[in-house]
Amino acid sequence: MSLSTARTSTPRAITVHAALILYTVIAVAPVLLIVYNSVKDRRAIFGQPMTLPTWDTFTLIGYETVWTQGNFPLYFQNSLIVTVASVFLVLLFGAMAAFALSEYRFRGNLLMGLYLALGIMIPIRLGTVAILEMMVATGLVNTLTSLVLVYTAQGLPLAIFILAEFMRQVSGDLKNAARVDGLSEYRIFFQLVMPLVRPAMATVAVFTMIPIWNDLWFPLILAPSEATKTVTLGAQMFLGQYVTDWNAVLAALSLAILPVLGLYLLFSRQLIRGITAGAVK
Amino acid sequence: MTDETDLKPPPRPWRWHIAVFLAPAVLVYTAVMIIPLFETLRLSFFNRADGQTFFVGIANYARLFGDPRWAASFWNALWNNAYFFLIHMVVQNPLGIALAALLSVSRLPGRAFYRSAIFLPTILSFVIVGFIWKLILSPLWGVTPSLLDLIGLRWLFAPYLGLETYALTTVALVSVWQWVGIPMMLIYAALLTIPEDLIEAAEIDGITGFSQFWRIKLPLILPTIGIVSILTFVGNFNAFDLVYSMQGAMGGPNGATDILGTFLYRTFFGFQLQGGDPHMGATIATVMFGIILVVISIYLFIIQRRMRRYEF
Repeated sequence: MSLSTARTSTPRAITVHAALILYTVIAVAPVLLIVYNSVKDRRAIFGQPMTLPTWDTFTLIGYETVWTQGNFPLYFQNSLIVTVASVFLVLLFGAMAAFALSEYRFRGNLLMGLYLALGIMIPIRLGTVAILEMMVATGLVNTLTSLVLVYTAQGLPLAIFILAEFMRQVSGDLKNAARVDGLSEYRIFFQLVMPLVRPAMATVAVFTMIPIWNDLWFPLILAPSEATKTVTLGAQMFLGQYVTDWNAVLAALSLAILPVLGLYLLFSRQLIRGITAGAVK
Repeated sequence: MTDETDLKPPPRPWRWHIAVFLAPAVLVYTAVMIIPLFETLRLSFFNRADGQTFFVGIANYARLFGDPRWAASFWNALWNNAYFFLIHMVVQNPLGIALAALLSVSRLPGRAFYRSAIFLPTILSFVIVGFIWKLILSPLWGVTPSLLDLIGLRWLFAPYLGLETYALTTVALVSVWQWVGIPMMLIYAALLTIPEDLIEAAEIDGITGFSQFWRIKLPLILPTIGIVSILTFVGNFNAFDLVYSMQGAMGGPNGATDILGTFLYRTFFGFQLQGGDPHMGATIATVMFGIILVVISIYLFIIQRRMRRYEF
């Protein structure tokens, strides 16, 4: 008999579950409240805010307003382009640098590692004044490229740090065998090491993606034009303008929540494994 | 005895691939992050008048700290920011530790569900979180009063976001609601790494439940709590989005929720009648940079070093 049965006696288990359920409700209820009220008519939103929509109160009027008044499809497209391009560059450049740092001994290896790790602690936002000047000087203001550049720089330090940890665990025999077979260092990296660290890459991808998709600061400063607005900035502007049209506001909020929510449900295991793996170090 | 020269490895040819692997990351990172940070520092020593930029030494800093109006805004923002951080340290991190301790109870069904659900708000953008809570707390929409009514605390209701006394605490608690998943996860991960035999030994000695947590587990996860605290600090002193989307760029009501991030945004970008001033913006950013740097250094050189010593 294991000693740990003493730790999970019934009253204690009930207390633990009660506490966790209580906090789960606190965490989830506000989000659900917004999403299900977004498909109710105005009277029901105010009259019975807590009840679920019924056939009588169901309406999509808010979504219609958002879809026709705002440029949401364009914003979605912009967010998607910026996020996918940045994540791709962070993964590619980050993995390459991580491979150089973990695989080869060369003069300045440690120093280079420290230099690249600096950015984990120092927020890139503090350089905004000069970043904007640089983007103005190079004509990149109000382009999606400026956002991709900033997010790539922002994502690289943590990506390199995590990926280098994982690459150190890749068996050296495997790489050396490939070297004996005459494979170039580039092919070893792309064909041997990259596929092996794919789980770590997925973790880094999710980590990099969330702050980029959600960022308000840089879109607001570097690319606020109508053609380059991201969903987050678009939702912020829209919410400001339509503050009295509750159907539209709730629908806009739900539209901004649902893609991230879907992504989260898809990747939550990966994300959580990533945090626990990283923290064990 | 071997000749010393024999021990030296033969000079290796310049390995181009190392440079090729490093170059893209180093270039982007240096150009878009490191150089702008230094450039911001440099800009803070300059000013602009009549289309001309000229060196002014520490005049911008003298203005920030010496001009009563600038100084008042700065100290107000700094104080609010410190309070914002304090709420996170007092509410978010203990709550995160408690949730992690509950999650790590052995053989707990539904663990993965609880973990994912509590982490959910963390993946939402500040804009969404800010607006959700603005609606929920709004006196127009009776959700909060009727909820308080349900538990007999109706009298507690007030327009929390509109009152100077409550606004900052309310915004900070919303931020806690959003971010509590991070300390929970990190501490949960740390709790998992405690060796099972250590816990069993404690149980044989009759140390279980709460006292086991306080006396065995908590000391072991102190380094993680240290990391969580420093992450909280950097995040809080760099915060902007939540206040901006809940209370606007002025950090209203009447500056009660103005933090360094909103102060920087207003100064740099301009707001309503006030024009933007990149040089004062750079000055504020540099001061923020300094504050973050000093605290990180203190943490790295004093706290973390001392913790290492206690580990064994």
